[in-house]
Amino acid sequence: MESLQQHHAPALLSGDEAVALAALDAGVALGTGYPGTPSTEILETFEILGGRAQWSPNEKVALEVGIGVAFAGARALVTMKHVGLNVAADPLFTVAYTRLDGALIVVSADDPGMASSQNEQDNRRYALAAGVPMIEPSDSQEAYEFTLRAIEISERWQVPVLLRMTTRVCHSKTIVRRGTIAIPAPNPAHFEHDYPSRVRIPAYAKPAHRKLRNTLAEIAAWNDAEGPNQLVAGSKQLGIITSGISFQHVREAAPKASVLKLGVTYPLPIERMRAFAASVERCVVIEEGDPYLVEAARTAGIAVEGKQEIFRFGELNSKRVRRILDGDLSPEAKPVPGRPPALCPGCPHRSVYTVLRDLNCIVAGDIGCYSLGVLPPFEAMDTLVCMGAAIGVGLGFRHVLPPEDAKRVVSVIGDSTFVHSGITGLVEMVYNPPASGHVLLILDNGTTAMTGMQEHPGTGRTLAHAKTGKVVFEDLARALGVRNVHVIDPTQNLDKFQELIQSCLDKQELSVVIARRDCLLATRSIREYERCNEQPTD
Amino acid sequence: MSSRPTNVVIAGLGGQGVLKASDILADVAFNSGLDVKKSELHGMSQRGGSVSSDVRFGEYVFSPMVPEGEADFLVVIAEDQVPVNAAALRQGGTLIDPSQIDQAALSNKKSINVALLGVLSCHLPFSVEAWTAALKRNLPEKLHDANLLSFSIGRAKEPVTEREG
Repeated sequence: MESLQQHHAPALLSGDEAVALAALDAGVALGTGYPGTPSTEILETFEILGGRAQWSPNEKVALEVGIGVAFAGARALVTMKHVGLNVAADPLFTVAYTRLDGALIVVSADDPGMASSQNEQDNRRYALAAGVPMIEPSDSQEAYEFTLRAIEISERWQVPVLLRMTTRVCHSKTIVRRGTIAIPAPNPAHFEHDYPSRVRIPAYAKPAHRKLRNTLAEIAAWNDAEGPNQLVAGSKQLGIITSGISFQHVREAAPKASVLKLGVTYPLPIERMRAFAASVERCVVIEEGDPYLVEAARTAGIAVEGKQEIFRFGELNSKRVRRILDGDLSPEAKPVPGRPPALCPGCPHRSVYTVLRDLNCIVAGDIGCYSLGVLPPFEAMDTLVCMGAAIGVGLGFRHVLPPEDAKRVVSVIGDSTFVHSGITGLVEMVYNPPASGHVLLILDNGTTAMTGMQEHPGTGRTLAHAKTGKVVFEDLARALGVRNVHVIDPTQNLDKFQELIQSCLDKQELSVVIARRDCLLATRSIREYERCNEQPTD
Repeated sequence: MSSRPTNVVIAGLGGQGVLKASDILADVAFNSGLDVKKSELHGMSQRGGSVSSDVRFGEYVFSPMVPEGEADFLVVIAEDQVPVNAAALRQGGTLIDPSQIDQAALSNKKSINVALLGVLSCHLPFSVEAWTAALKRNLPEKLHDANLLSFSIGRAKEPVTEREG
């Protein structure tokens, strides 16, 4: 990877790596984000390449930091997985109404097929809903080029741009040739007052919304005339409108078809789509996920075929594209189930779930490796909704369940997830305590294990593993007014751990138990980081 | 080489080096001047679950995913994952699995993934030098000797039959 910095020879890169390389070439001043498959490697690579990158506690904060960078005239890259954009949606919808001085690129890495996610939401809907231009690469070369194009669009129209990727673009490796697009050097960061453009009180926001719609109309006209859309000449009998990874499947499944491949998919080049559809006898829209393109085409009065509803679920591939084109609705072969993932042998979470199972707890769970506690042999996690939900859901149970059940409820959340969006849940617990009290169990394994051992504010180390400020969970809980705060290593003595949980459940007060033991896979690295950080630097 | 890409699926369990093996294969093909695409799903891969990776190379490659039933080669590192991945293989395709390797001969048991690449290499038009260079590029130096040995053990298992075209 380091060799990439020295030369411009083609390289075999993942889409994530290609975005990072483009960010480096564009002089992005700061990359921010929260780890989430399949987006995580973008910032990690950017940092390795020499870029400045940092993990934020969550995606909302990451985007807000990025907004500040772009207000100051510099270039910002903000990365997250699709569900992360739900967390960042609040700033996204309103930054669209503001004027940027620099560039703001928001990467949404969607996960159709849910390889590693709790839903398969299609974030193209966010571009439409928020009025944020969107660009979609179909391979790593485009991930590189479209990141640069996104910066151009962002700076030319002073708007944020959504770089929408999917798992197969993020994680597939394809050949990248660097330096194919030249963009102007970034401006130095600077500040100037501009109240009407950046303070979204209603008096200023009302004209801003009108301005946004005018800007989007301009971008649509540009996209129609010269946007990064690609026409593959082919048969007049069959024309296909597509974008992103679906383009690659289409080219393989229907090599003779005419294809209009869209690069900027919001605002759409509707007139190009109309002309293309009129130029072929049969026009089919091939897209993964929701019927986003097909609905837009039909709303504009363009006669196109879409896919059948069964192809809305899961990823597309060349065979499924063939089926869509053939109208083949025969049952698809079900994959042979493989071995499910499991908690590692010796994983500290195993001790926790053994106890929760033996105590017959009702467990409001959360997102991380410890989600695997739902599977045999534990089957000791009853709910999983979104990052941080363990606490709120657990409190809801406590508020309404009959007393004999309410007192069995435990909220279980990991360390990184707690920082991400569990802290507000803890505030809720203190503010609206259930009559039966509550038990919050923070599984602190010293890393963001699920996504591949990223740092977070609770580790006291930066993205690059250097020493920084540290959020200490037990101090935080005590500061918020929780009186029963315990820190315990769950692997040292299972009976003692079980007694502690039982006593917290019996107490009918608010308790926070921090089960602290480093992730086995991270122990060696953590020790090495700590050793490096202890050495004097001068 | 025809315009149809060569399709290889490498499968096994998390922690067995499935992704490393596919990285090495993709690297060999890439450095031999071919178009290459490689695809897999990350995320749960370190938790011991089933993992598979698709590598496609040829004059040009569109989709990064090997269509079901179109793999020319299926390399499976864990014997019990053969049935899970069998549907990937085309009729007449080649299955390469650990039963083909005398694992006692490996100086490092974890390098079974590379030994299986050695078997695969007999069927592909890349030189031993190209494989050696790719192995070295993708592995830390302290593992070079063990893996080069494993590769040669795998490669000695079959006559080298470079595919036509």
